Amino acid sequence: MKGTNLGEFEELVLLTVAALMSEAYSVAICDELSNHTGRSVKLGVVHAVLNRLEEKGLVKSELGEATKARGGKRKRFYQLTMQGKTALVSAKSMRDELWARIPSLAWKKM
Amino acid sequence: MKEQRQHHPPSWAQRLVEWYCKPGLVEDLMGDLYECFERNVRSIGPRRAKLVYIIDAFKFFRSYTVRRSIFVNPFINRIMIGSYVKTSGRNIMRNKLFSFINILGLAVSMSVGLLLIAFVLDLRSYDRFHKNGERIYRITNILTSNNEENGKFASTSIKTGKLIREKVTGIEEVTIMRNDFSGDAKVGDNILPIKGFWAEPSLFRIFTFPMVEGNPETALKDPYSVVLTETAARKLFGNQAALGKAIRIDTLVYQVTGIMKDVPFFSHISFEALVSLSTAEQTNKGDKHFASWTNMWSNSVYIMPSVNANMTAIRSQLNALAKEENLAEENTKIQLELLPLYNIVVGESLRQSEGGPGFTGPHMPPIVLWILGGLAFIVILSACFNYTNLSIARAMRRIKEIGLRKTIGAGKGQVRLQFLAEAVMISLAALLFSFLLFLVLRPMLINMAPEMQRMVKLDLTPSMVAAFIVFSVTVGVIAGFLPAIFFSKISPINAFRSISSVKMFKHLTLRRALVVIQYTVTLIFITTTTIGYVQYKNILAFDLGFSTANILNINMLNNKPDALLKELREMPEVTALSRSLITTGVGNAWGGNMKYKDSRDSALVMTNHVDENYLPLHDYKLVAGGNFIARPTTALAVSEVIVNEQVLKRFNIGANNPRKAIGEQITLNGRKMTIVGVMQDFHYGKVENLIGPVAFTFWTPEDRAIISAKIQSADMPATVARIESVWKKIDRVHPFTAEFYDEEIKDAYSEFSTMIKIIGFLSFLAISIASMGLFGMVVFTTETRLKEIGIRKVMGANVGNLIYLLSRGFLFLLSVSALIALPATYLFFKTVVLPHFPYHAPVQITELFVGLLAVLLVAFIMIGAQTWKAARSNPVKVLKIE
Repeated sequence: MKGTNLGEFEELVLLTVAALMSEAYSVAICDELSNHTGRSVKLGVVHAVLNRLEEKGLVKSELGEATKARGGKRKRFYQLTMQGKTALVSAKSMRDELWARIPSLAWKKM
Repeated sequence: MKEQRQHHPPSWAQRLVEWYCKPGLVEDLMGDLYECFERNVRSIGPRRAKLVYIIDAFKFFRSYTVRRSIFVNPFINRIMIGSYVKTSGRNIMRNKLFSFINILGLAVSMSVGLLLIAFVLDLRSYDRFHKNGERIYRITNILTSNNEENGKFASTSIKTGKLIREKVTGIEEVTIMRNDFSGDAKVGDNILPIKGFWAEPSLFRIFTFPMVEGNPETALKDPYSVVLTETAARKLFGNQAALGKAIRIDTLVYQVTGIMKDVPFFSHISFEALVSLSTAEQTNKGDKHFASWTNMWSNSVYIMPSVNANMTAIRSQLNALAKEENLAEENTKIQLELLPLYNIVVGESLRQSEGGPGFTGPHMPPIVLWILGGLAFIVILSACFNYTNLSIARAMRRIKEIGLRKTIGAGKGQVRLQFLAEAVMISLAALLFSFLLFLVLRPMLINMAPEMQRMVKLDLTPSMVAAFIVFSVTVGVIAGFLPAIFFSKISPINAFRSISSVKMFKHLTLRRALVVIQYTVTLIFITTTTIGYVQYKNILAFDLGFSTANILNINMLNNKPDALLKELREMPEVTALSRSLITTGVGNAWGGNMKYKDSRDSALVMTNHVDENYLPLHDYKLVAGGNFIARPTTALAVSEVIVNEQVLKRFNIGANNPRKAIGEQITLNGRKMTIVGVMQDFHYGKVENLIGPVAFTFWTPEDRAIISAKIQSADMPATVARIESVWKKIDRVHPFTAEFYDEEIKDAYSEFSTMIKIIGFLSFLAISIASMGLFGMVVFTTETRLKEIGIRKVMGANVGNLIYLLSRGFLFLLSVSALIALPATYLFFKTVVLPHFPYHAPVQITELFVGLLAVLLVAFIMIGAQTWKAARSNPVKVLKIE
């Protein structure tokens, strides 16, 4: 394993899982990501990432109730774990730190 | 009301996902896919949604979704194959008798399969050497004359070829070939009969016949040019250069303009020489009929459409062309069809007019191949049944092995694989033997009929070897299929319980059914052979209505018969001589158009031109009148005719009284003739044809001649040799072609004797395979019941009782087979075969039962010997063991 470092796309997925709360399942995550990032996100990729996140212990999942809509198949809902939350927070704080290091004068010149 | 149809993703893609996906992931993954699918149906339509679903189904095949076993199982199986081979080998060695029966049975039956495969592959390799073969078509003519369908002909008219060349678009090349070019080629003192075609330069552009010397574009352009094959050139000119030399063929002098490579064996057209078609056009200049639309008897036209040509357009153009030409004809309608080159040898049967040999070349209707394939399949299946039967019967001995394997962790699939591997090993071993058999049988098959020699070589090719191996593996899988299923179902718990509790006799019905099928097939084969053989003998001995005994028919070819007749008259063994145009009763025919008083009522009658000695020599029976009176020497002077009773009946001449018919006038081929005699009806055609009207007219020296010589001699071969030496004096070039009438009749029905030989051989195989299987079963049953027999003997059973006890089951099975097979065969002959032969003899009961008796006898010996051995065994010895 590559440690607990998050990749860019992993971070996005993780954030979406957090944002969608109890409605976070693969297709919804996929839609949400497409809407907000403006890039076309493939279901297969999301699926793979969710699987990897679960392996890393950043999310946990459980099967929901069966509905008619999906050919009688149940949805798998994802939830952030404590580790996942920590990973997101640490990623954010790391960025904030880096942001803070940029002198405002230098930023404007660019 | 308009309701949206419910769309579903493709079920096979769903199954694919279910198959590879981990059980934990499969549900939500499929749900996701389904949701996307439904959404896509709405947004991009059902068809593209399905496509996206399929693509996604494959895209989800990733390391994290896929079950581990999918990768692991084949790997384990590969390791295990070594173990399977080892155990199978041990098992084969341990049960030598059973393995021997299995291998021998499979080998014998597979040799038939190998022959058939070789045969079919040879036939399929015909004409494949042409580079543009896929684009080449031959024109087929469908003739309708006087509103009567006359069938499809392989030949067409020269005009067809020319019209296609002028009018039909989308065609790259057309070539016309006129068949039956033959003559004696003469170079210096060297004379050689030569055969070939009249052809055009475009022939070399369509077909791949490489030229060695000369220019293919111009070689066949000018009149009186000839292209020889290398062999023909060597025969005529020896080692000298032939190109540019002159050859005299019959009366005309030709110039050799090209030497080409020999025509490959697997070509449907074969020839020694090609003569320019312009030659034929010159020599037939005065004949209007030569290039007419209806003169379709001796030419073939091949076309090669351009690449990517529209075949429907070409066909409709051909139809239009034929329609236009038919307008000018009164009674004849001809339609044109295209026959792909590759379908000429194996394909629809076409009619041909009196084409010389080699014109249409070898031909095999697919139905014959299917029938042969079916028969071979039945025989092979019978051997597979043996394997199945014996393996399942011996299940008891191997049940512990399977139990152990399963306990250790073998899955159903692995047990199945093990038994399939074992069966394939046996069948591969059998392949070795059957290949040896194949080598032995091959020359026998090829020499069975002269047509065979011309048709196939059965030489080994790499593709043939590959086909053999694939075939043998397939046979192994078929043979091992049922045992594999059976053994994979055994539960390990049962396997380790006491043997008797295993329900292994559950499959008894299956095994009995297999034995019954085997014996039914065997009996059908063998009775078919006997009935067929008896019918064939009947045909040969059939009273044709004239005598054929000791008559030698000498074909004079193009020689005048007088010189030979003079010599023959001096030979004391020759008691009578006659001349005729053709030999009747063997399938030859010569027709004429006959009219009586009503000029609109005409009928086709079969004719022959015979001399005054013909009728007495062949013992034709006259019911009225007498022999020919006049002795005309030209065809125009012929004025007398002898007819058979059918003619009188057809035209109602003389009110059924033959005497009154004498002196009546009829018109034959437009010439007035007087009836001088009436013959009793006889068989002009073959026995399968109905007797029709026949008229004999006088033979004139303009006709070709066949000399019939009645011979009385103690040493026939010596006499024939003497006649041959006389022939050599008259014709130095052509070989002596003479045959006894009875032999000729035999040849005429050679297809029957070939068929009987094949079916006889197959029935021999079937009976030996079935007997071996039965033998195995009997050995097995008696072995397993040895103790029972011992106890019975101790209790007082005698040998007779025991034999009855042991063989009763088998005898019952045999009787069931006989009850199915005999009526089936009888009905088959009664309703399918014999109606084709209006003059057949009825099927006798004895013929039906001869086969049954033979089969029963073999079975009895087999069962009897084994049960006798078991019944005679000493109970003390049997019961003492343990």
